[in-house]
Amino acid sequence: MRFYSLLLCLLAIGVAQADVFEKDLSNGLKVIVKEDHRAPTVVQQIWYHVGSMDEKTGTTGVAHLLEHMMFKGTKSVPAGEFSRRIAAAGGRENAFTSYDYTAYFQQLHKSKLPLAMKLEADRMHNLDISDKEYNKEIKVVMEERRWRTDDEAHSLMDERLMATAFQEHPYHNPVIGWMNDLVNMTPADARDWYKAWYAPNNATLVIAGDVNAKEVFALAQRYYGGIPAVKLPQRKTLDEQPQLGIQRIVVKAPAELPYLIMAYHAPRLRDVEKDWKPYALSVLSGVLDGNESARLNKSLVREQQVAMDVGAGYDSTSRGPSMFTVEGTPAPGKTVAELEAAIRQQLQLLVRNGVSEEELKRVRAQVTAAEVYKLDSVFFQAMQIGQMESIGLTYQDIPLMLKKLQAVTAQQVQDVAREILQDDQLTVAILDPQPLAEKNKHAKGDATHVH
Amino acid sequence: MCTKLISIMALCCIAGSAFASPHIQHWQAASGAQVYFVEDHDLPMLDVAVNFAAGAGYDVADKTGVAGLTQGLLDSGSQGLNEDDIARKMADIGAQMGGSFDADRAAITLRTLSSAAERDVALGIMASVLQQPLFPEAVLAREKNSMIASLKESATKPEYLAEKAFNKAVFGTHPYGWRIKVEDVEKIQRADLVNFYSAHYGAKNIVVALMGDVTRPQAEAIAQQLTASLPPGGASALLPPVNSKIVASEQRIAHPASQSHILIGAPGIARNDPDYIPLYVGNYILGGGGFVSRLMNEVREKRGMAYSVYSYFMPMQQLGAFEIGLQTKKEQADESLRLVRETLRTFVDKGVTEQELRAAKQNIIGGFPLRIDSNKKILDYLSMIGFYGLPLTYLDDFPKKVDKVTVKQINDAFKRRVNPDAMATVIVGAPEETTGATK
Repeated sequence: MRFYSLLLCLLAIGVAQADVFEKDLSNGLKVIVKEDHRAPTVVQQIWYHVGSMDEKTGTTGVAHLLEHMMFKGTKSVPAGEFSRRIAAAGGRENAFTSYDYTAYFQQLHKSKLPLAMKLEADRMHNLDISDKEYNKEIKVVMEERRWRTDDEAHSLMDERLMATAFQEHPYHNPVIGWMNDLVNMTPADARDWYKAWYAPNNATLVIAGDVNAKEVFALAQRYYGGIPAVKLPQRKTLDEQPQLGIQRIVVKAPAELPYLIMAYHAPRLRDVEKDWKPYALSVLSGVLDGNESARLNKSLVREQQVAMDVGAGYDSTSRGPSMFTVEGTPAPGKTVAELEAAIRQQLQLLVRNGVSEEELKRVRAQVTAAEVYKLDSVFFQAMQIGQMESIGLTYQDIPLMLKKLQAVTAQQVQDVAREILQDDQLTVAILDPQPLAEKNKHAKGDATHVH
Repeated sequence: MCTKLISIMALCCIAGSAFASPHIQHWQAASGAQVYFVEDHDLPMLDVAVNFAAGAGYDVADKTGVAGLTQGLLDSGSQGLNEDDIARKMADIGAQMGGSFDADRAAITLRTLSSAAERDVALGIMASVLQQPLFPEAVLAREKNSMIASLKESATKPEYLAEKAFNKAVFGTHPYGWRIKVEDVEKIQRADLVNFYSAHYGAKNIVVALMGDVTRPQAEAIAQQLTASLPPGGASALLPPVNSKIVASEQRIAHPASQSHILIGAPGIARNDPDYIPLYVGNYILGGGGFVSRLMNEVREKRGMAYSVYSYFMPMQQLGAFEIGLQTKKEQADESLRLVRETLRTFVDKGVTEQELRAAKQNIIGGFPLRIDSNKKILDYLSMIGFYGLPLTYLDDFPKKVDKVTVKQINDAFKRRVNPDAMATVIVGAPEETTGATK
């Protein structure tokens, strides 16, 4: 889904389960190994089951800031040394934070896995957040926010849309944090976050590549096995109250072209066996936008020429509530109102007349092919495993999810469309493009507080 | 103690990293096309790329946009298939047709399941798209509008404005320095696309790359099927040379963004350049090596002044750009610029150290297997090797050449090829009191 820093579409899910092995260490760390012997490489990913949705008012952005601080040194590995050692081993590394989780990865020659595990285990419990390193890194994060969000019209729209659609649930807040919270953040906030959440019993370790599962389990025991479990903070149940009517927002930002996003509250996948709506919504998004010949592109871009580009999105796999979105750029000479009317017409058509068997077959063909194509990326397969484990499902659910997806009926698609695509659960965001010269400087006032 | 132990282990890796690169088969199809093929039956899929010397560099003055529209409209209708037929038939079998386009090269790519039912349909459509394109008037009109709107949108974005000014300053009147002009696009006619296609999509200048689950005889048949009835054209496909020397310049362009976008650079190297290896390895140390480069260390790690700062050489058919880039909040743009210039000057004047070179080799050589660990990555190398006429042993040679490069060669190459006193600088969203010196 577009609102996640990470894009993982259900339509592309599916791992050949035969080569996947798992083991729980006594400290609660779950280790999952996916063997793939096509190339002599390996990826290590550690997924902490904590993301920006676990933050409190006033310290938004601390999950992502901590991700940055994880490269800033432990008692035995000085700041910057983690990256130097991985680089010297021929490795690539990075990390990412979403609403739902925080993950770190290294890709290397398989012979370098012990080094990566040793370093990753070290920073799981020995991180040293010094004031000096914090004071530099918080500035880097502010630059990242300016670059990713403040100066990017579409990102600003996403941010304000989420803040409007979610009034109670913490998806209200951006992953990178509000600038004011970054300005007022302290090193103690980062230390508290680390102490509370970084523990083997709040993480999943995924190793994928040209490895032997037994050997990996032994290495995991050796490097991670001695790290003590921690009593985790209590997690409260978080939810969003039903919306009471359509919401519309306008975002003004420097741009030439307007933009439209329509976002409907939608359920996420909880019970893999019994739920049906998330599968039907995935197929619905495939019918609308799963390929070049799908409805929205065909009707609105090619035939009516009311959109320059248009798309639909839905992600069933998240810890918090989901959304079904339709968005696009009006064609030159068309307004956002005309585009919205044309989209509504397409959605109504679907609610009224349903979808054809041919369209369903096409979506199924895409799912089947995507399963095969995905095997070309070991990294992506590891990502799917880690993501599933981090949101309260498991990688073992994936085959059943695929089966359910393939079994969705035309009636279910129509029923779910009728139920979900309603104005009362809709938030509409419009980008009102502003000429460069007349840009309201007040909007950037945030930045002037920063020193 | 741990530190030492680890670095010894890392050193051992270099010697022990002999790793079989994929076996590349090469032949010329009856059509004249050069074919590069890696047979691999691990996954039931096939990747194909057909590469033409037909990138944006082949546009002519005042007709910019023709090359891009020609490539973009290939799949919008061919003999017996309209735009929607092409999209729908590909979707029905889960095949993915796409493309890539840069200053040198226009390519059409295909990923399909390798079972005959899917593969034959997908290749049939691809063959038709490549060899019988219709360039329908109605689609052209729509895509021209869309291109013009996108250009106007881009003109509001600091990163686009910076690249545009930078390329002009670095390449002058060479096509590498052009950007598509709205007034050119407005004039484009269908005949322009048809003529461009006839001139630049001939079988003699193309490279077909195939990777995956087919046999050699099947690959031979596929390459012929995709190219047999391309236009007969295909004369010399060389672009004019880039003038390697520029004089120093600095442009400050106003923009309301909170950050300044800074680019510094000059003409760099060509794909077949004798200095390619020393400059590539040296640049890893300067600004190519992710979190461990000098630029990253000075600008981000020591001072927290930017999220991203980098440098690269873009090797092209002719000299591509050497470019340093970063974004930083306006208030500290001048300070960052001074710091980056100083870092570059020190790098060129004093050169790299043995220790830095060792770390660079460890990363580039030790990490080489990661570059060829998927069908997609190998396909891209096949296209590159073929398109730029690199030796079939390129993948084996590359780590060996990197291993042999010396501090002296790197320092010598940088001194000859990168002159800190002759760099083009562009600052978009420059600090306001200093804006206005735009040329």
